Amino acid sequence: MLKKISSLPFQGTPAQEAKLKEVILKYQDDPGAVMPVLQEAQDIYGYLPLEVQTMIAEGLGVPLDEVYGVATFYSQFALTPKGKYHISVCLGTACYVKGSGDVLNKLSEELGIEAEECTADTKFSLTACRCIGACGLAPVITINDDVYGRLTADEVPGILKKYKEAE
Amino acid sequence: MYRSNVLVCGGTGCTSSHSLLIAEKLKEELKEKGLDKEVNVITTGCFGLCALGPIMVVYPEGSFYSMVKIEDVPEIVEEHLNKGRIVTRLLYQETVEEDTIKSLNKTAFYEKQERVALRNCGLIDPEKIDDYIANDGYAALGKVLTEMTPEEVIQTMLDSGLRGRGGAGFPTGLKWKFAAGNDADQKYVCCNADEGDPGAFMDRSVLEGDPHVVLEAMAIAGYAIGASQGYIYVRAEYPIAVKRLQIAIDQAHEYGLLGEDIFGTGFNFDIKLRLGAGAFVCGEETALMTSIEGRRGEPRPRPPFPAVKGLYKKPTILNNVETYANIPQIILKGADWFASMGTEKSKGTKVFALGGKINHTGLVEVPMGTTLRTIVEEIGGGIPNGKKFKAAQTGGPSGGCIPVEHLDVPIDYDNLLAIGSMMGSGGLIVMDEDNCMVDIAKFFLEFTVDESCGKCTPCRIGTKRLLEMLNMITDGKGTLEMLDEMEELCNYIKANSLCGLGQTAPNPVLSTLKYFKDEYIAHVVDHKCPAGVCKNLLEYSIIKDKCYGCGMCAKKCPVGAISVTGYTAPGKKKPAYEIDPNKCAKCGVCIDTCKFKAIIKG
Repeated sequence: MLKKISSLPFQGTPAQEAKLKEVILKYQDDPGAVMPVLQEAQDIYGYLPLEVQTMIAEGLGVPLDEVYGVATFYSQFALTPKGKYHISVCLGTACYVKGSGDVLNKLSEELGIEAEECTADTKFSLTACRCIGACGLAPVITINDDVYGRLTADEVPGILKKYKEAE
Repeated sequence: MYRSNVLVCGGTGCTSSHSLLIAEKLKEELKEKGLDKEVNVITTGCFGLCALGPIMVVYPEGSFYSMVKIEDVPEIVEEHLNKGRIVTRLLYQETVEEDTIKSLNKTAFYEKQERVALRNCGLIDPEKIDDYIANDGYAALGKVLTEMTPEEVIQTMLDSGLRGRGGAGFPTGLKWKFAAGNDADQKYVCCNADEGDPGAFMDRSVLEGDPHVVLEAMAIAGYAIGASQGYIYVRAEYPIAVKRLQIAIDQAHEYGLLGEDIFGTGFNFDIKLRLGAGAFVCGEETALMTSIEGRRGEPRPRPPFPAVKGLYKKPTILNNVETYANIPQIILKGADWFASMGTEKSKGTKVFALGGKINHTGLVEVPMGTTLRTIVEEIGGGIPNGKKFKAAQTGGPSGGCIPVEHLDVPIDYDNLLAIGSMMGSGGLIVMDEDNCMVDIAKFFLEFTVDESCGKCTPCRIGTKRLLEMLNMITDGKGTLEMLDEMEELCNYIKANSLCGLGQTAPNPVLSTLKYFKDEYIAHVVDHKCPAGVCKNLLEYSIIKDKCYGCGMCAKKCPVGAISVTGYTAPGKKKPAYEIDPNKCAKCGVCIDTCKFKAIIKG
């Protein structure tokens, strides 16, 4: 699967950085350190932005391209954060012909992100998915575990508002 | 001493149906009734009969409670554990006979099984090293270190005829002999616990149910080849296995069974865990080692073989979890005992993960040479809903489909290869008449295309082209010539790919082309999918004489493809509806909506 590099500004905290440094130190002498360090770094930051990869490369003394190569090779590693509310838009045939493309565009416009991206406040992330089998409700989106069916693009702002206001 | 032992399955299957909560509730109830000093609750590994989970067995009676619910616990405690009256209603019904209760080992599912690799699963508490030791645990390591030379250990492995359980079936003893023969300042013993075949879960069950057996066997291997360091490469997707392995490693350290000067013999051996990060290709031996080194898990050309230059360019052996699970038993009971089971060239037993259209989904261990018919019809309990058997898929994305005419072939490495499949890690998916074989081939190809690491061209581009052709066929755009082209491409990919992933990727296509060519022909010539699976070849239509004209389907249709006609069937009051095939998205909502079964697909 293709991975998209997050365009979000890096928002790591000094506390996270201190933790990462500890992890790097723990694996300093291990010749196969890159993977376990990336795994623990993802636990700390939730994903692996280029800034974190750079810190790991410098900390372990390996070229950044090697770290990047590993981060993009394995499906477990995420280069974009997942938002608090993860929105999936079904682009299966039934939903697509009922206008789920428009719904996706509207979501994208409202949130200011493309598919496979996350908003700057990490509240929302957006993805396009294949048929989820709820064709009778087409077009369908899911937000975490909630399902919204028979949507029109006009209803999108109202739905988002609910989540934007929720804490 | 306890008067009763209650075993609750803590494998992944039962855990997901809340078996751990059941164990907690059990302990709570026992305590309340003051029975906690008399009745012992043990959380074990997988029993194998996952379809009946959550599972609970009470000894000494051997009463087998299946699909236990939390609400059932007070009744079991009060009636059975307090008053000694077995709650027959909650038992697995096959164990209940008119006036007696059958032992679990006499049920169809267990009777034909022979448990070697799984012998402790569902019996001991995997988080307690004492349980393992009480069942001959670490006795084999003791015997090897104090009574045998490394050469004798290797000879025992050779004599036993044990072959690798991870896929290709290479003789384990030979692998050890090669690695032992190469001098180096450092050698490594690795364990492949990156079980990635869709549908296979025997390695997970061993790791969760009997983690010490893997540690013990790796130490034995270390002694045999002269290695002091081991690595277990385990999937991060198996959190329970990872946790129990770490507990096991820590306990073994505490008992001096790992670390320095084991059994006071001067032998040092240690094991580290490495977590996989979700790449199927890392099940291939050279890719796995590259991944342990912390790099992209791409395979390397062989030779040099890992026995010469493996992990960190040092001599290395890599065996699979199930292979290791056999080894302590072979050392203790002897090579002859092991070689007495199985067929001429495949010794011992094999664990299969039964899944798909089968009644008893779960894990079974049978002697090599058992027929597929025995596994599917007797142990597996046949196919649900009275459907007909169509094929069994073995070997995951590297294997093939076995049709009904080969149901009586004794299963071993060589026979499976001869009929165009392979043992693989032991996934066994049963398919019935509702499965489309072209669609199955496509499913596996989608998997390999996704998982191809991209290093070599035949696999990276070849599998992609193959998938494109399969897509055209299931879209009704295939031709007869395409079938020949596909076969040719398959053979190119097999012959030219760098590693096992690519070399076996075309097998699902080749075996279905061989045994189910008529289905391919139906797709390309008649543009029909006989099993009614391939959406683009389906046509939905309304039988007008059955239509009451209620219009529900038209209301539900997401794409507005259904409209009313001018025809009213005899005896009906409203005009019938019809489906416009050009607008229909084939989602199937109309069929589910129609109360009169007036809509058909085909």
